[in-house]
Amino acid sequence: MSTFWSLWISVIVLATVIGCWWLLWATRKSQPTDKETDRTTGHSFDGIEEYDNPLPKWWFHLFTATCVFSLIYLALYPGLGNFEGLLGWTQEKQWQEEVQQAEARYGELYARYGDVPIPELARNDDARKMGQRLFSNNCAVCHGSAARGAVGFPNLTDDAWIWGGDPDRIVETIHQGRVNQMPAKGLMPNMSNDQVEAVVNYVLSFSGRERDPALAKEGKQVFAQACAGCHGQDAKGNPMVGAPNLTDDDWLYGSTYDWIKETVTYGRQNRMPPQEGRLSDDQIHILAAYVYGLSHRGE
Amino acid sequence: MKHEVVEKNIGLMGLLIVLVISGGFLVEIVPLFFLKEVNEPVAGLEPLTPLEMEGRDIYIREGCHVCHTQMIRPFRAETERYGHYSVAGEFVYEHPFLWGSKRTGPDLARVGGRYSDAWHRVHLNNPRDVVPESNMPAFPWLFERKLDPDGITAKLKAFQTFGVPYSDEDIAAAPDQIRGKYEIEALVAYLQQLGTVISTKR
Repeated sequence: MSTFWSLWISVIVLATVIGCWWLLWATRKSQPTDKETDRTTGHSFDGIEEYDNPLPKWWFHLFTATCVFSLIYLALYPGLGNFEGLLGWTQEKQWQEEVQQAEARYGELYARYGDVPIPELARNDDARKMGQRLFSNNCAVCHGSAARGAVGFPNLTDDAWIWGGDPDRIVETIHQGRVNQMPAKGLMPNMSNDQVEAVVNYVLSFSGRERDPALAKEGKQVFAQACAGCHGQDAKGNPMVGAPNLTDDDWLYGSTYDWIKETVTYGRQNRMPPQEGRLSDDQIHILAAYVYGLSHRGE
Repeated sequence: MKHEVVEKNIGLMGLLIVLVISGGFLVEIVPLFFLKEVNEPVAGLEPLTPLEMEGRDIYIREGCHVCHTQMIRPFRAETERYGHYSVAGEFVYEHPFLWGSKRTGPDLARVGGRYSDAWHRVHLNNPRDVVPESNMPAFPWLFERKLDPDGITAKLKAFQTFGVPYSDEDIAAAPDQIRGKYEIEALVAYLQQLGTVISTKR
């Protein structure tokens, strides 16, 4: 703040406090005595008159006290322009202290598990409880409070992992987030409608649900050209690029004919936001153990 | 000075009243018009794109600011949940700012990037689909209504006169950038940029 504005603020603030005090004394001076008398102000209206008595002493001193309080307050806290106050208080410092106190208190609780390998940590009841709270606060809004997911939001309790279910991969996913881009019609932008129908039948044939076996056979070729690049020739997916396994019965976007057709026709875009910076490394470690434990119960 | 003098001169009393009630304004508000901390954008702050600007207007139209604040106060409980506390330089392009005053729902000052676009679409279509206990209203019509490209030029011009750095070319190109888009796209684009200039938690 420039010196001008600093002075501007200080002068007006002090003048206001002192002005209040002066007003209090100046108007009191007109009273010759502190005692109550029968003297009136001399106004009379329809025979109604007004006593001319001083303010009660306790009331007067209350006013004085507020003036004294404000001066002490201005000396201790920043209020007069650039003057920082004798206590050196700022709201940033207070926040900083709160954060440090909390870190000293809670950081250790998280750090305690920092070196425990995730599969082992997943069996630790205390860590699991902490992990569950972290999950409820940060993950449940998409994956659901039971971690069973929804259309477009992966189920974390089964063995199907789009980006891999190893402890390291889970940590990586939480840290960096994930971006999934399935292009419309895969790698074959000019796929005809008939070819779409064929490839959908082929994909459904992995689980024996094809509508038209002849069409499914035709679809194999389309699949090899349009889909195998990411999902693999055997359609078992590739967790390195986030391509899901199409041969199991885990479907992120619905398993029916129409859903799969929509997926092939329009592609799918999805994204898990990174948690790095929102959660500490120790918290992510505990969270990863909790998530790992969801699909490795009783191991 | 006698009390009587003040009481019997309405002009003098009026003057003194104006002096007294303008004290707070002169001290607490007037200097802010001239302070660097309040008037300079934080590093990396960009004006809203036309699509985001339309989203902002939908945010206002649907009354989002009535239940959601956009102001993270410097308390640990808030920074722990929402991220870095809000700073004045983040709001210099906001006219008016949408800080809000009541949190029926959570603060949105840094909701940008927190959820995926897909999540926002599901959530705005019916919040109960992803947050079963939510009491937020659903906004299904955003998926049916298209943006009106005619209004955007005037909006951006108004912001230009407020000092937001839109160039004339930006404004000329604006209608084409939003033509044919749905309201939901604009609102999600607006939400996804909120508070992303400061991404660190501390």
